[in-house]
Amino acid sequence: MFDVHEMEVNFGPQHPSTHGVLRVLLKIDGERIIEAKPVIGYLHRGTEKLFEHMAYPQCIPHTDRMDYVASATNNLGFVETVEKLMGVTKQIPRRAQILRVILSELQRISSHLLWLATHAIDIGAMTPFFYCFREREQILDFFEAYCGARLTLNCMRIGGMPEDVPAGWLEDIEAFCDKFDAAVDEYESLLTTNRIWKRRTVGIGVLSPEEAIEWGITGPPLRGSGVEWDLRRAQPYEIYPELDFEVPVGKNGDTYDRYLVRMEEMRQSNRILKQCIPLIRETPAGDLKAKISKVIRPPEGEVYHSIESPKGELGYYIVSDGKTQNAYRCHVRPPSFVNLQALPAMARGHLVSDLVALIGTIDIVLGEVDR
Amino acid sequence: MSETTPPSTPPPSAAPAAPTAPPVRGADEIKRDPLVAAAVARAADAVLDARELVGEITLFIDTARIADVCRTFKDDGFVYLVDLAGVDYSKFPNHTGPRFSVAYTLYSFRRNARVRLRVWTDGDVPSVTAVWKTANWHERETFDMLGINFTGHPNLERILMWDGFNGHPLRKDFPIRGIDTGARIYPEVFPEGGGPKAGSTGKPVNDVNLYKGEWKAYGSSPAAQIGGGAKPAPPKPAPKPVAAPAPAPVAAAADDDAEEEA
Repeated sequence: MFDVHEMEVNFGPQHPSTHGVLRVLLKIDGERIIEAKPVIGYLHRGTEKLFEHMAYPQCIPHTDRMDYVASATNNLGFVETVEKLMGVTKQIPRRAQILRVILSELQRISSHLLWLATHAIDIGAMTPFFYCFREREQILDFFEAYCGARLTLNCMRIGGMPEDVPAGWLEDIEAFCDKFDAAVDEYESLLTTNRIWKRRTVGIGVLSPEEAIEWGITGPPLRGSGVEWDLRRAQPYEIYPELDFEVPVGKNGDTYDRYLVRMEEMRQSNRILKQCIPLIRETPAGDLKAKISKVIRPPEGEVYHSIESPKGELGYYIVSDGKTQNAYRCHVRPPSFVNLQALPAMARGHLVSDLVALIGTIDIVLGEVDR
Repeated sequence: MSETTPPSTPPPSAAPAAPTAPPVRGADEIKRDPLVAAAVARAADAVLDARELVGEITLFIDTARIADVCRTFKDDGFVYLVDLAGVDYSKFPNHTGPRFSVAYTLYSFRRNARVRLRVWTDGDVPSVTAVWKTANWHERETFDMLGINFTGHPNLERILMWDGFNGHPLRKDFPIRGIDTGARIYPEVFPEGGGPKAGSTGKPVNDVNLYKGEWKAYGSSPAAQIGGGAKPAPPKPAPKPVAAPAPAPVAAAADDDAEEEA
């Protein structure tokens, strides 16, 4: 008979692989996890409370600070929700819609690159980090050229876009797109058939499709489990219905499949970008704003709208009282918060070192978990 | 709970008055919508009211029966609980009735459509953690932020705020600048109702009006000067005339140094 030596240890809150300030209370027997309990809230800034006290346009920079590695999609979700409540979704000029798609797909690539770099370095592969940041820097340069910021973009407005594309910007993105597929191949050549990588990821943290839906998992973790569901396809917004792209799905629902799904998503995002560049050239320059009132005062009512952020379904639930310029209540449905909830179920029975891989594969950003 | 009315709902008959507005369907018509008809038929007496805005259907459910109704909807294909959000309606214009509302957003993959269920409450709502596992953290967050008690929840504890925090930040009567904290976890340091003192004023943080300049800059408080580099000595009182004449130049030199540094 074995002696069971149960021990409780703290993983985090200052552990480098927790990607922020996440604490996981572990009950372990030797190296094996009996129970994991995530403790969150270290980065709570009361964003939803702040939303209630500022006008709708003032909220947009605060959405940047939630998922701070994918701020363009945060902006997109918020402005689309307010537009839906105001009933002006159809009035957004085409050029602004295409520009929104370009920015959010660039953001998806950059978010996935950051995920790949840190996920690989957590597991022990140092090299992909440098390759990923090489391309990510270029994307951040595009953001900087468009709006001046690299991370917290604040790049969308209710009713349209603030600026037209800078000179030479589209050509630079085109050149980037031409090279990017080869870059993804390069990352894959480092990892996909790497024996150590597969030993660390195959069969780790398996989620069945039913279980994933039960836990409310969305985004690449859901698709890694084999559910072909992407909000860009299921409930399309902006110009996504016109675009040709595939929704990659996995089979086994393990960490390796989620890795493959994200790699393919980067290629598909690149494909979308390549289609968007000719489309935006066809539209008249400067046609970026719908003719809506400068004072945003939506009618009384409630609305829920969500978009496919790089992490999953990012939703906003806004209640407006119809009398003021600020939301009566704005609730955010962050994908990271919901996806993190499945960590205990995924980690049970695995080794402590696998927990690092699991936190990486869920792709959480603590700014979004804690808001 | 069942006789509560939603806030300031326009009567259905008043809606067609504006010719440009799209036709607004009445509650009975919404309940017959093919999206929800099957589920509503099986829980008809629990569905109190229905509304529609920008194409989203909201059904108002009897609070005591929300868990059963959620189970019915889940069996009918709404297998994914997208979101669960609480709202404090206490400052909503013209609102009467219970203070809180909880909104459950459900999604059906088969129909590719969402529906929202809502309940009104003054405090207690049956938990739906037995229906969806994902409701666990959503309900904990709603409890933490609004103080709504989800009965039957396996571990209803704070999730974003720290244990021992006294208050629910998203309630409308919670001040945006925060409240006095600390009393609960460090009673020996911060007596009940005491809390941290604001800088130089010696008053509790909440009693200080920041906009009137009551809380002076940190530099003016003696504690901030510790370790702040070479600081001039505090100005000495004028040398008394009875002092011996010999040390006077020394004291004057020291004063000069102090003035140069300052």
